Amino acid sequence: MPEQYLYAVARIRCKELTLLGSSVMDALLSTDNYNECLRVLSDHGWNGDGSTSPESLLSSERDKTWEFIGELVKDMSVFDVFLYANDYHNLKAAIKEVCTGTEHAGIYIDKSQCTIDPELIRKAIRDHDYQALPEHMQEVARQATETLLHTGDGQLCDILIDRAALITIYESGKKSGNEILALYGELTVASADIKTAIRACKTGKDLQFLNRALAPCDSLDLKQLAAAAADSPEAIYTYLDRTAYADAIPEIKKSPSAFERWCDNRIIRSIRPQIHNPSSIGPLAAYILARENEIKSVRIILSGKLNHLPDDSVRERVREMYV
Amino acid sequence: MSQLGLFFALLGAALSALLAGAGSAVGVGRAGQAAAGVVTDDPSQFSKVLLLQLLPGTQGIYGLLIAFITMTQIGIMGGDSNISLAKGLLYLAACLPMAIVGYISACYQSQASVAAIGLVAKRPDQFGKAMIFPAMVETYAILALLVSILAIFGIANVNI
Repeated sequence: MPEQYLYAVARIRCKELTLLGSSVMDALLSTDNYNECLRVLSDHGWNGDGSTSPESLLSSERDKTWEFIGELVKDMSVFDVFLYANDYHNLKAAIKEVCTGTEHAGIYIDKSQCTIDPELIRKAIRDHDYQALPEHMQEVARQATETLLHTGDGQLCDILIDRAALITIYESGKKSGNEILALYGELTVASADIKTAIRACKTGKDLQFLNRALAPCDSLDLKQLAAAAADSPEAIYTYLDRTAYADAIPEIKKSPSAFERWCDNRIIRSIRPQIHNPSSIGPLAAYILARENEIKSVRIILSGKLNHLPDDSVRERVREMYV
Repeated sequence: MSQLGLFFALLGAALSALLAGAGSAVGVGRAGQAAAGVVTDDPSQFSKVLLLQLLPGTQGIYGLLIAFITMTQIGIMGGDSNISLAKGLLYLAACLPMAIVGYISACYQSQASVAAIGLVAKRPDQFGKAMIFPAMVETYAILALLVSILAIFGIANVNI
């Protein structure tokens, strides 16, 4: 029994009681307007920092999660797998800012939700001092900066960074030795690859583009997926039918957002057994993912209420809850 | 030879207290970590989780009881301590059930206790049921205690 997580898992068990369940999601959906929605959230402890903007409310909830996890785990690097996407987002922002010579407020994700200070990334890119960046980021930072400077091709720059981010997430999940973190890495990469393949197919991208964009993972054969994407959407469906993602085909056919929902629901279903796990880091990782899932669903509902979207169209986007 | 008999009998008593006590220390420590986690977020659960934490502690008490009875029987606590080698070995054998089963059951009972503490954290109203799961493990510690007690008292009537 991994003794160092007994205390942490017991605290997680208590915190799980405060997670929003599907009944709360229904209550939020049935509210008449945005302010009423905020009142229901406030009743469940989502008070934010006093501001009524959805972004500050959601950001404050995310900060609460990481603060809580910080109390439980001394070495937070075990959860870097969840934060690498933010680091690479900041890298993308820094490269574009430096290469275009402009400055934009609010394009960086706050350092509390990253493994590297965004200011450090910005300085490294500005000074072309790639050694200052973590090892997994050095080569892609150099490559992406040079690509954008020489070709001005923003899409190519994005592809390079996105692929590097996915490879880092996948490898970090595998290296952790934890089943949940490895599964998260695998599913994140696989779902991103499927999305890229579908989008590339619809926009008529060639095999060279696909080989450059797709990131390796265990559950997909990239050669077959790239060949299918270069052919037709039907070829992609035929290939996926032979993989663990056969269930996703109807959702992919429906819409990109339906497929995203399917991906998130799949992760939630995979982590749900952690509710009964009394030790190990699994329940902590599952709690972080459950909170992220909760925040995503609340964001969908809040933006639906703000934009007066029909309840049914919002409801079909809301994710399955962990509890 | 008579000294060797006493040595083996005392070894049995020591093992009984040592192994069962060590198992309980490990078990209570593990359950204590989980209990502290629950009390951090919900102090009202203190009495419930304390009971669950204490469950793996009983093996240490059983081990102490066996050690105490053995020492009384072999004359360490007063009386005649002159026992044969064969009798000494019999006392050692009599103490082993409590020593070994005590250690193993305390370790496994702590796992059941940790899980039960998690159950109480989520459903405090299910405390009664939560108690039963780790208590089931206690059965085997009690059986070992009975065997050890019966054997120790039985040896006293054996003439070897």
